[in-house]
Amino acid sequence: MFRRLDEGAHAMAVEMEIDGKVVRARVGDTVAAAMLAAGIDHCRTTPVSAAPRAPYCLMGVCFDCLVTIDGIGNRQACLVPVRDGMRIETQRGKREAGR
Amino acid sequence: MKAKNLEESGQPRADYDVAVVGGGLVGAATAWGLSREGCRVALLDEGDRAVRASRGNFALVWVQSKGLGLAAYAGWTVRSSEAWSGFAAALKDETGLDVCFQRPGGFHLALSERELEARANTLRRLHNQPGIVDYKTEILDHGQVAKMLPGIGREVIGASYCPLDGHVNSLRLFRALHAAIHARGVRYLPSHRVESIEREGGEFRLATTQGEVRAGRVALAAGNANMRLAPMVGLAAPMKPERGQIVVTERLRPFLHYPVVTLRQTDEGTVMIGDSKEESVDPAGLTLGVSATEAERAVRQFPLLANVNVVRTWSAIRVMTQDGFPIYDESETHPGAFVLCCHSGVTLAANHALTVAPMIARGALDKTVLSPFSARRFDVQAAG
Repeated sequence: MFRRLDEGAHAMAVEMEIDGKVVRARVGDTVAAAMLAAGIDHCRTTPVSAAPRAPYCLMGVCFDCLVTIDGIGNRQACLVPVRDGMRIETQRGKREAGR
Repeated sequence: MKAKNLEESGQPRADYDVAVVGGGLVGAATAWGLSREGCRVALLDEGDRAVRASRGNFALVWVQSKGLGLAAYAGWTVRSSEAWSGFAAALKDETGLDVCFQRPGGFHLALSERELEARANTLRRLHNQPGIVDYKTEILDHGQVAKMLPGIGREVIGASYCPLDGHVNSLRLFRALHAAIHARGVRYLPSHRVESIEREGGEFRLATTQGEVRAGRVALAAGNANMRLAPMVGLAAPMKPERGQIVVTERLRPFLHYPVVTLRQTDEGTVMIGDSKEESVDPAGLTLGVSATEAERAVRQFPLLANVNVVRTWSAIRVMTQDGFPIYDESETHPGAFVLCCHSGVTLAANHALTVAPMIARGALDKTVLSPFSARRFDVQAAG
């Protein structure tokens, strides 16, 4: 769905894992941007109706891009820069206490 | 039983059989109960900016600890706890709204030996009172508590557990009561702050910011504002408002299957943390240190909450009588005027709807049930 404007111009230097699958991203990408560029069409389902949600505002306001990052749930993917070795999990419904 | 309306008794017909003053949980539950008895009811309320405990409360239907100093209050509370599931079912029948009443029993957690001992002492003193109803509260040790609440921290030394405790979605209760009274034809009059009440020619005339309302009887259910209203009809409502603060987390998967007196997981998944008391009555204020203390204790009780996000905090003013016990009274100088005041508008909602409202519809409080709650007890204390 999304394509980088300058595809190939920068090294995909960061290697991370999304739901167990290895994904590469650029230094400076947010987790949300990396997920969209990797073709992931939703990052969570909502706690009430289980409707799928994807990153929307990309500026920290809408809270639609919540994911589990390195074991901590409900993090805003659009506000967290990618890091080598990061483990991302998409969320189903409510966050689990203690994660 | 149908209330006899005033026309039949040969007196001039007022606009309503009963004017209930106060559109919060106590007033709405009373209005609903009155309409079930066949009364024509007006529910007079302030506007959206009213200081309204019904929108800020913690939503427990709580028994343990109630009644130290007034044994009858324990019995009154147990009566409402027992009536609650039928009350919730009736509201669901009428409105389709599920207020999510659950009564799995509830905990009061202790974080030190001293706290647990204080708790056990309180319960012993409570149970040693003459005429007390036994509500089966037990003291449990860490291991026994951990079997029911697997998430507790090591610092939880023990707890008291009462099988009659429960909780509800109190905002939905508020909505369901208003939906039910609307469907029953109760006239809801918002922005009708009552300025004065006169009894004239066998009826009450309530002067409000939007004109006069006439009714055969009047039931004051205005929370702390009963302090101002009760003397207008020869009654007393000595109140001592206090502020409480609540911290609310993001929605979490169900992990807590019992309410704790200071912490509960709602049917929607959020965790509410509360139970602070401050004498300040500024409803808009919030003391950050109080929220911090509440959160710190919550994490010691349930360490898995440590990295959970807080999404809201709020403060609200508790309705509180001067001795903490309810007041139910009828006026001798102004026959037909009643006052209802209590802290526990959620816990006692079933009693207000199913027991007190039918008494008001019949025209007299049943002394065998409600005499312990007359405000005359304050006169006795003052004399002593």
